[in-house]
Amino acid sequence: MIKILFFAQTRELVGVPSLTLEIEAITIADLINHLSLKGDNWQYALKEKQPLCAVNKQLVDESYIIQIGDEVAFFPPVTGG
Amino acid sequence: MNENSIVIVGDDSIDINHYYQWLSQSPEDGAIVTFTGKVRSLKSDIASLFLEHYQGMTEKVLMNIIDKAKERWDLNRVVVIHRVGEIFANENIVYVGVSSAHRKDSFAAAEFIMDVLKNEAPFWKKEKSLNGDSWVEAKKSDKESLKKWH
Repeated sequence: MIKILFFAQTRELVGVPSLTLEIEAITIADLINHLSLKGDNWQYALKEKQPLCAVNKQLVDESYIIQIGDEVAFFPPVTGG
Repeated sequence: MNENSIVIVGDDSIDINHYYQWLSQSPEDGAIVTFTGKVRSLKSDIASLFLEHYQGMTEKVLMNIIDKAKERWDLNRVVVIHRVGEIFANENIVYVGVSSAHRKDSFAAAEFIMDVLKNEAPFWKKEKSLNGDSWVEAKKSDKESLKKWH
């Protein structure tokens, strides 16, 4: 199982703050493809908007392979400070 | 977190005097540089900002930024405080304080910390106004500011 979190605009676009998935090790790119099947808003939020992705609170790119138990997060470019 | 680094992310207003006292404890430090960022009100219809963050990652990223700064410059104490939740115009939003033996290290480190924070710390701002709410877009100029540290 992996836990997926969404923040800021990404969360508002997909409509949920988090979800869990029962999947084997896959890349971030594959995960985005999988989640995009959930609807146009998911495709827009995760493909067209090209959010940043963190695994276990560290930024990663789309080739990163997620392991069971990982916490994956998608979010837009940051705007703090 | 070690005794010479403080990271706080929370709803409370920032007690600048308290952290200045903490920064100025060490007799061998000749320099203290602090930066305070506050909410500007450019448009009169903006009532407040709402700051969202990724709890856990935010603190980790901020501590990593402090560690990187300590590798580059000879620093003693470093504090980074960032508020989240609803923040009104003219209130403080972020505070960075650095102490060191000499001023150049503290000046450079404080600027470095803010530049990296702006690009890597997972905070997002939403402007709340009478006409509705809108997310603040990331600025290109903030990304440009990172280049001088490469």
